[in-house]
Amino acid sequence: MMLVTKYVITSSESNILPSDIAMKIYGSKYEVNVKETCFGVVINGEEEVINALIKEIRALDPAGIFIKDRGFPPGDPRRCRGRRGGGARPGFYMIESESKMLPMISRALAWEGDIPAIPEKKKPLPIKRLEEIVKEGLS
Amino acid sequence: MAKVIVYPPTSMILSDLVERMGHKALVVPEAVRRLVTANDIDSPPLNVTPEEPKKGLRYAAVDVPSGVRGRMALIGPIIEEAEAAIIAEDPGWLTGCAGCSRTNELVRLLIRTKGVPVLDLSYPTNDVEAKVFVQKIKAFLEGLK
Repeated sequence: MMLVTKYVITSSESNILPSDIAMKIYGSKYEVNVKETCFGVVINGEEEVINALIKEIRALDPAGIFIKDRGFPPGDPRRCRGRRGGGARPGFYMIESESKMLPMISRALAWEGDIPAIPEKKKPLPIKRLEEIVKEGLS
Repeated sequence: MAKVIVYPPTSMILSDLVERMGHKALVVPEAVRRLVTANDIDSPPLNVTPEEPKKGLRYAAVDVPSGVRGRMALIGPIIEEAEAAIIAEDPGWLTGCAGCSRTNELVRLLIRTKGVPVLDLSYPTNDVEAKVFVQKIKAFLEGLK
């Protein structure tokens, strides 16, 4: 049986805290390892168990909880900053950058209305029009 | 259920949306997991053996930097498995201490030349764009078998 590790990451606007997810897992019937972090939790266990658990965790806030795969088990000395002398682990920057977008994505997932048209971005003034403006100004 | 490769291959948002819609997201951490948690570790700590650069040679020539070949040893087999792809335009944080721009170019090229359905997107910068972003991904994934 293959052990898998997943990140469970909460949107900063979600009412669910990482500790809520951790408590939910502690109170569940599943035998998994949990590590609470500032942005969510890391869970490690058998693939089928983790997949079942993820469904339950998602149900806490379907639009505000995101799941990501992780290669290394939680607390692995090859990645754990406690063993490497501090600093963010490689890969954290990607999570940090995408986490900033999560509130927008959550609102989009929860949105049930029509999809609005994206307003066209303002284009720079064409050179011909600029020339005309200059000529008009000088005449 | 289709196997969908996402680019960036470590993207949380894209892989989550793919899995949410009932498809299988092909991502790098899975490939990393196979190496670092294998019981028969040949080359600790990361279990990268001389076989890895050889796998990378299938996608990049021998004179290409070993970093590109090493990364391709992980990403290349995933691309071969893919039945569809979602590519988000480089938002500017894919290179740095752990990224490689040349690998990123090669990955995008291999995905596009593979001939699978590809959805091109940009990361959203506001709510309206985010709604369109999610809607486009939903429509694309619903269209897959």
